[in-house]
Amino acid sequence: MSDQFAIGDRVRVRRTYPPGHVRAPYFTRGKTGVVTGIAGHYRNPEDLAYGRFDGEVLPLYRVRFEQTALWEDYQGGPKDSAIVDVYENWLEPEKGGGR
Amino acid sequence: MVGPRRVHDMGGQDAGPVPQEGHQHEAWEKRVDAIRMLCGKHDLLRTDEMRRNIEDLGPGVYDKLGYYERWCAAITNVLLQKSVLSVDDLGRKMKEVEDRWEKARTE
Repeated sequence: MSDQFAIGDRVRVRRTYPPGHVRAPYFTRGKTGVVTGIAGHYRNPEDLAYGRFDGEVLPLYRVRFEQTALWEDYQGGPKDSAIVDVYENWLEPEKGGGR
Repeated sequence: MVGPRRVHDMGGQDAGPVPQEGHQHEAWEKRVDAIRMLCGKHDLLRTDEMRRNIEDLGPGVYDKLGYYERWCAAITNVLLQKSVLSVDDLGRKMKEVEDRWEKARTE
């Protein structure tokens, strides 16, 4: 399976709140960032957590988010960012040049 | 619409100051760590199963338990789910240990 995203791509974390084990942090849901790297390819932790050890292998992306995009009340510098590892099933392409 | 945040998913929440000083682990904590390693070695327990079971402790218990207490609860639940332990065996063993402690305390 080939990777859906490449370094430099703008992506959005899916804004969904399923129950159960999920690795995409709550504070990233619905937020837009930029892929800065690929941390590796791993089996989906959402399968592993429930004892399914032969599930699909997914790319794990390093995604950079601007802190001001993550937190409405962010008080730090406007260029501050945070890098979060997000599995491919949680990302969708972000069209246009939104911030 | 923004959905509910689960108790463990606390990134960005106010959590007070972070203690900087080191601390010693107690003997029982080291034992829990050893049991966790052993379960991993025998392929009874994976990191993601461990995380899922810790998260599923839920609000209240999750907040109240210490780090290795959460580990102990999660390992126990996984081993019960996989029928490595039975509730009955566990209950009997716990009572046995409790009685042994009580006896040692009063002697």
